[in-house]
Amino acid sequence: MIKMPAPDRGVLARRAKIVDALRHIVRGEGVIDSDNERRAFECDGLTAYRQLPMVVALPETTAQVSEILRYCLANRIKVVPRGAGTSLSGGALPLEDGVLLGLGKFNRILDVDVENRCAVVQPGVTNLGITHAVQGQGLYYAPDPSSQIACTIGGNVAENSGGVHCLKYGLTTNNVIGVEMVLMDGEVVRFGGKHFDSSGYDLLGVMVGSEGMLGVVTEVTVRILPKPPGARALMIGFATIEGAGDCVAEVIAAGIIPGGMEMMDRLAVEAAEAFVHASYPLEAEALLIVELDGCEAEVDHLIAAVETIASRHGATSCRASRSEEERLLFWAGRKAAFPAVGRISPDYYCMDGTIPRKQIGAVLLRMQQMQARYGLRVANVFHAGDGNLHPLILYDANKPGELDKAEAFGADILRLCVEVGGVLTGEHGVGVEKRDLMDTMFNESDLNQQQRLKCAFDPESLLNPGKVFPQLCRCAELGRVHVHAGKLRFPDLPRF
Amino acid sequence: MTILQPADAGEAADVIAWALAEKHPLEIVAGGSKRALGRPARTEHTLDVSRLKGIVDYEPAELVLTAKAATPIAEIETQLAARQQMLAFEPPDWRALLGGRGEPTLGGILACNLAGPRRARAGSARDFFLGFAAVNGRGEAWKAGGKVVKNVTGYDMCKLQAGAFGTLSLLTEATLKVMPKPQAACTVLLHGLADEVAIPTLLRALNTPHEVSGAAHLPASLARRSGVAPVAGGLGAVTALRIEGPAPSVTYRVGAVESLFGRGDRLDQAESERLWTEVASVAPLLGGQRHTWRLCPTPNRAGAVVQAIRDRLHSAEALYDWGGGLVWLNVDGEAGRDGGATIIRAAVARAGGHATLVAAPDAVRAEVPVFEPVDGALDALQARIKLGFDPGGILNPGRMWEGR
Repeated sequence: MIKMPAPDRGVLARRAKIVDALRHIVRGEGVIDSDNERRAFECDGLTAYRQLPMVVALPETTAQVSEILRYCLANRIKVVPRGAGTSLSGGALPLEDGVLLGLGKFNRILDVDVENRCAVVQPGVTNLGITHAVQGQGLYYAPDPSSQIACTIGGNVAENSGGVHCLKYGLTTNNVIGVEMVLMDGEVVRFGGKHFDSSGYDLLGVMVGSEGMLGVVTEVTVRILPKPPGARALMIGFATIEGAGDCVAEVIAAGIIPGGMEMMDRLAVEAAEAFVHASYPLEAEALLIVELDGCEAEVDHLIAAVETIASRHGATSCRASRSEEERLLFWAGRKAAFPAVGRISPDYYCMDGTIPRKQIGAVLLRMQQMQARYGLRVANVFHAGDGNLHPLILYDANKPGELDKAEAFGADILRLCVEVGGVLTGEHGVGVEKRDLMDTMFNESDLNQQQRLKCAFDPESLLNPGKVFPQLCRCAELGRVHVHAGKLRFPDLPRF
Repeated sequence: MTILQPADAGEAADVIAWALAEKHPLEIVAGGSKRALGRPARTEHTLDVSRLKGIVDYEPAELVLTAKAATPIAEIETQLAARQQMLAFEPPDWRALLGGRGEPTLGGILACNLAGPRRARAGSARDFFLGFAAVNGRGEAWKAGGKVVKNVTGYDMCKLQAGAFGTLSLLTEATLKVMPKPQAACTVLLHGLADEVAIPTLLRALNTPHEVSGAAHLPASLARRSGVAPVAGGLGAVTALRIEGPAPSVTYRVGAVESLFGRGDRLDQAESERLWTEVASVAPLLGGQRHTWRLCPTPNRAGAVVQAIRDRLHSAEALYDWGGGLVWLNVDGEAGRDGGATIIRAAVARAGGHATLVAAPDAVRAEVPVFEPVDGALDALQARIKLGFDPGGILNPGRMWEGR
């Protein structure tokens, strides 16, 4: 288990006073300090980690957020921001001595600006809620994490969330054009807006994916897009994982960027089929679902092109959806893959590395060997189009030591992803979960530079500490300049 | 005046460590094509990284390309074209605009976060910037991001590095996401629309599901200067909508767009490419003594912004791109000593957005804030960020803001 920063005993001793002060800022039911009610906030989607927060504050206005942060800075109190708490990496894991700042009451859509193709919303609006607000006008918000029914846009900004369609339409970072946020010192700043780009550094780009460590977002302007006129899906079975992997590579190399391109291995297919009966080919070692969207002429043209490529790579079955119902049925199994795996195992642990696509076959083979070593099974569901793996490690938390084993297995898988040229996380974030693996990808200089950025936003390291970085920020030390005085050390360098 | 030319990233780090120790600020250049962009440099020493060039790795099926910072964009685009791929953000060539002669490089395009007409649909350089190696102002080599298309490990430092004009770190190597080149392209021209009709038309076109990938408007005086015959020969304003994709899809969508907005001329693939290259390089606005501004207003306010400016600066000429989200504005001598900054920035501020003075005599660029000024907490934050990367103020000091 990962260690969190040691609690500040002085802060804990002043708990009653702090609760009182927060109640002066947020009146009514916006401050929660009873054990029972705090329990609801003790974990996010990474349920293996739990911690009761010192107190929960649920502000309703930017001014309240600003006042809370200013108070916390003045009194050296840590703050953990939280949206819907669906993070799979522990990004919203509370701290024993920290204020949990819930943004759930920021749930209004402020402005739908069709002409400028954007919507201004509060951070507690759900991802799907944005699409619901604009779909009457033929528009939608493109990023679609599988938790989209519950997860909030504020959380999406913090985690730079992806989803099935990000291969073609981009991640959150490519679809958010402005934020209002509060810095730890209470200052309210705006990055971006309805216009393109900004003057000065791209702080909007930095905020997206910063895992709640740089500021608290209080308003988000998102790009909304016209809904594609149509979409059809192909369901393609392969006798080997390699065949499916080669097919994916050739589709991309042929210049086709599908709306979504997903792969499932045999165990995942079996689990999903037993759950939703989507008539998945049970004999296949790998199943691909490829969705093509656009006008009818384009969809038909691309469906035919992908079918040809699939048959060249030894597809054992290939079906194209003929109706919207059928398309949704093809997807039903994929979308329900996580709960479906939950039916065949008491617990599962979802990983999230990205690898170069050409390594898919090799990585899955290595994972099979690891299964034998750890004595745990893995079902694989992943975004094949962009090489983003989601191995689900099956375990039973009630068996002593099995969670530790699953975590060790997961860490090995992520190390493998980095070893073959990939990264630790494609869309779930580092959070607590992958924090101590950061040094497999980054050396000390790399991490120091990231932390210096953190120090510019939050010099006292009070905002969501203990996440992302294996070591707590040491801003004073990181800011020191070491000058290696002396002569020019490069005698051979041409100079004019 | 010393020009230092390191052969590799290690030597570049040595140069910066030396500059920090000796307190010698450096101007960073590679091809030098955008040297006139931003505030004029006033450093005694130049760090010329043009030897850091070459494509390191290109894997078409992975949609990923890694190259050293000073690799010419032309070389990258040639390699990509051979595999029917492209840089989707359409890096523009601003040499004529800026009076630059050198070769535009990958590092330069990223440092300035430039994008061409496809910006409104596909994004800017920053949206395709996956990872990099760099040297900070302490002379320390560091890296961020990765070499895969989907990655959220750590802060997204690529966004910070893009558009920082070399003031935070020296880029030595970058990895980009590349995209398939559309199989076909066609541009629909609508003739004779006034600005106040054209901008809403562009916005409506971007709001159709027909995936319009270029939406520009050239008022009559600019259309006349185009080298594309159907644009220049139409004798009036030209509103251009580009459709790209698989051939059968393009055929269908061009028809659909025409049925919504009326039939005009159609430009075939080659003519279409010429027009959008002209728009990207701002060619129709060039020539003569001028101050060229680049405005990014709230798109549907573009026409009103230009009208407000024209009420005070009668000579102002405008070229609209990105569906109104980008306005290129020329003003001549009547703009006075501030190049029109006060009037232009007030008009843009009312609409929401920002304005950059791209081309003007050195004296004006030294006097007028080239980039839209920011103040208060935001300015203080940017200053703290700069300090965290370049505490000695060694890297391109003064290029973005006076005094840092």
